[in-house]
Amino acid sequence: MAKELIRLKDARMDFDGETILDNINLYINDKEFLTLLGPSGCGKTTTLRIIGGFLVPTSGDVIFDGVRINDVPPHKRQVNTVFQKYALFPHLNVYENVAFGLKIPKTGEDGKKIRLSKDEIDSRVREMLEVVSLKGFEHRSVTSLSGGQQQRVAIARALVNRPKVLLLDEPLGALDLRLRKDMQQELRRIQQEMGITFIYVTHDQEEALSMSDTVVVMDRGRIQQIGTPEDIYNEPKNAFVADFIGESNIVDGIMRDDCVVEIFNRKFKCLDKGFQKDEAVDVVIRPEDVDIVPEAEGQLKGTVTQVTFKGMQYDIIVDFYGFKWLIQTTDFCPVDSKIGIKIDPDGFHIMKKSEYSGMFGDYSSYSEEYDEISDAESEEEE
Amino acid sequence: MKTASKIYTVLIFLFLFAPIAILLVFSFNEAKSLSVFSGFSLKWYRELFRDEATLASVRNTLLLAALAMVLSTVIGTAAAVGIEKMRSKWLKSTLSTVTDIPMTNPDIITGISLMLMFVFVGRFFGLANSLSFWTMLLSHVTFCLPYVILQVLPKLRQMDSALPEAAMDLGCTPVEAFFKVTLPEIMPGVITGAIMAFTMSLDDFVISYFTSGAGFQTLPIRIYNMTKKTVTPKMYALATIIFFVILALLLISNLTDDPEKDKHN
Repeated sequence: MAKELIRLKDARMDFDGETILDNINLYINDKEFLTLLGPSGCGKTTTLRIIGGFLVPTSGDVIFDGVRINDVPPHKRQVNTVFQKYALFPHLNVYENVAFGLKIPKTGEDGKKIRLSKDEIDSRVREMLEVVSLKGFEHRSVTSLSGGQQQRVAIARALVNRPKVLLLDEPLGALDLRLRKDMQQELRRIQQEMGITFIYVTHDQEEALSMSDTVVVMDRGRIQQIGTPEDIYNEPKNAFVADFIGESNIVDGIMRDDCVVEIFNRKFKCLDKGFQKDEAVDVVIRPEDVDIVPEAEGQLKGTVTQVTFKGMQYDIIVDFYGFKWLIQTTDFCPVDSKIGIKIDPDGFHIMKKSEYSGMFGDYSSYSEEYDEISDAESEEEE
Repeated sequence: MKTASKIYTVLIFLFLFAPIAILLVFSFNEAKSLSVFSGFSLKWYRELFRDEATLASVRNTLLLAALAMVLSTVIGTAAAVGIEKMRSKWLKSTLSTVTDIPMTNPDIITGISLMLMFVFVGRFFGLANSLSFWTMLLSHVTFCLPYVILQVLPKLRQMDSALPEAAMDLGCTPVEAFFKVTLPEIMPGVITGAIMAFTMSLDDFVISYFTSGAGFQTLPIRIYNMTKKTVTPKMYALATIIFFVILALLLISNLTDDPEKDKHN
């Protein structure tokens, strides 16, 4: 049975009259890999810093193992952090960096100072360096290491203290794509081997989906959705989540009945129930759930306006009655050709209207959107 | 063109170093004259080491400079850390401007105002003569402080602010984090600040003159008082010794600095 380890209760953070976090409620289980996912400025790093003890929430509680720890300073918390730019100590070598936390006497439960012996420190540092595959780098200066190696030192330096929770603030942000993929695997392996709770902050939705047990999608200082990666992808709660996680076509629809949705004045069978009759909704159709058929057989008919070759598939933009859809297909469809599409009932996902309705999901400016995504990645969140 | 620039360079060096060279040469003069070199002699050096009052003033100067250096380095570093931690940008820039004032203020004004304050406070507590070694030390710390802050602040700004956080994350109290991580990082600035404080204190005449008490004389004040009568060549001897000591220190610091820099880059 999963045991609850950390809970944020109505955590609110105001800074200079601006609300950074708007009453966050969140619990994290022991040994869970939880990811806080969202765009720059959504409050994910603030949430992490509150758990780490570097920020005290304006109101609300932080509970650790059943105890309120709002006022406990960072050095007395059983959490360790891997910082965004690693924050390795430049005046110390690899070994000394990793041993740093172990050399500091800790206060035990009986109030006595516990000081580790030299041998104990030595064996734990060496063991940890082996875990992160940095054996033989003990006496290297940290400034001479590559980004990936510095990253490993930062992880070793945090984990060697055997924390109950490891906080990671965009730890792979500065690495190139290939190294990032390797480190994702590595982090997941370390997490499972050591049985430690990981709280991971990222703006990279793919990273979040592939590593986490639980994903928390945040925007504007609020939690938009909490769920497993599958839940988040397949059952997004609102247009923001649907747009942020993967690609989505989001169109206005009306629920005519249980399992019947109307879009573009046409009724489609779907699997969603529990809405009121004739309720206005947002309808998500993932680009890979659309089948291309000859124009005559299609449920909807449109014109191809743009084709991009992606290796595994083509991304095509299709104009349906003025609304541009993104469709992923392995069949080549030339620009200006007329096509029909079919969508199976499980291809529709119905969401209640939200503050985000009408903001996302149209691909009229597809290439511009790509630019925005790459901009967001080059801008580091402070 | 080339010869012209060479001649120009030689002239500049001549202009800069001729006075020192003359002082150096005449410290070994047999006679007291400044115009005729009548033969090599160590006479004035012997005289210097017999002049207890002058030697005492050298010791005073060094003691004052050392104390002023230690105090202003500690206070200045702490002040820089405090200023850097301030959240309000307005308060931050105001404070760093205010701390710069003793540096931009003419020495004569700093000197007079400090003297007036010491006398005023002294009278308030009923002291007849409030100027002493301690008022001089306070004054020296006052004008050395901005130089230390000016050296330490940029180092603090350059440092990744996550470093002390990382230390606290690993179990350090904020104070331990400062000594174990922040201080080693800003050390070059602290050392430069300390050296500047030392030399500023060593060099100062104007402020010292206004704030010194009767029983405590520094070297610049003693030399100034001597000029009222005559400056004997033993002062040239003293100046020569100081010049070479400083030159030696400079050489040592240059020679030890370079490998350090290579290691960091």
